[in-house]
Amino acid sequence: MDYARSDRTVPLALKILVAGGFGVGKTTLVSAVSEIRPLHTEEVLTSAGLDTDDTSGVEQKTTTTVAMDFGRISVGSDIVLYLFGTPGQDRFWFLWDELAHGALGAVVLADTRRLADCFPSVDYFERRGTPFLVAVNCFDGEQRFATQAVRNALDLDPDVPVVLCDARDRRSSKDVLITLVEHVMDQVARTQTPASVRSW
Amino acid sequence: MTSNERAAAWWDRDAGPVVRPYAMTGGRVPAAARFDVVATVRAAPLGGALPPDLQPEHRQILAAARSPITVADLAAELDLALGVVQVLLHDLAVQELICLHEPGRASAVPDENVLKAVVNGLRAL
Repeated sequence: MDYARSDRTVPLALKILVAGGFGVGKTTLVSAVSEIRPLHTEEVLTSAGLDTDDTSGVEQKTTTTVAMDFGRISVGSDIVLYLFGTPGQDRFWFLWDELAHGALGAVVLADTRRLADCFPSVDYFERRGTPFLVAVNCFDGEQRFATQAVRNALDLDPDVPVVLCDARDRRSSKDVLITLVEHVMDQVARTQTPASVRSW
Repeated sequence: MTSNERAAAWWDRDAGPVVRPYAMTGGRVPAAARFDVVATVRAAPLGGALPPDLQPEHRQILAAARSPITVADLAAELDLALGVVQVLLHDLAVQELICLHEPGRASAVPDENVLKAVVNGLRAL
């Protein structure tokens, strides 16, 4: 049952993930479009960090705090978009699995000087089938790579949008989100048309 | 921040919480079926007094959830780790002190009208 929609006093909550390598501008993008608040989780509570964290010598530090960028945008009176900027390293997959469940889509933020940093994010969303786009953060307007070059380098499917953005700019970051939602609409339309013909 | 202030505040967020998360949860970790971070929580209408064995954090959650609030908003508002909030919510759910509205599968991929509303809402920001 879809409680959220049946109870009109509860707004519909939609998740959008903002992923990418360290220092690529995730925090900047989330804070450009929403009121950002710190949100953290403790790795030890998930036990996922146990194999990867070498705690020898620092045995007293038994937990690692993982900070996320958490932003909230009210769109209209009954829909709220939640943005989660998540660390892009492999060891944080446990966090991603939790956040990506039921997510509307994802923004993979890329820096052309370190394009390889976003490979894990691209792989992850491709594997999960989460709709995503790649937004190239153009610091100081410097890295005006042709989007086609980025697309080739990341070996993206032709329908995955690649856009240029300035994560510091509210309008530009807003446009990234709009493009993502439009991309989700395209995917929904593509997958639903045959199904709706069959079942209704 | 001056160096004096910095020295005085050495136990800031980077130092980790003063009360470790496992202390708040009694060493328990979230169950396999964790609450979605955007699941909505609401305190159940209370028949009588609250059970006496609730921790302060349980009470904080109930107070914050008097009107519907998401799991992520709760964690941010109460400055508790997500995993901690999920364990505490589980306690409250077992005692039927909260109602949970998990976003259903249907709302994971909302219909076209919702998506259009999102696009229009974003444009209007």
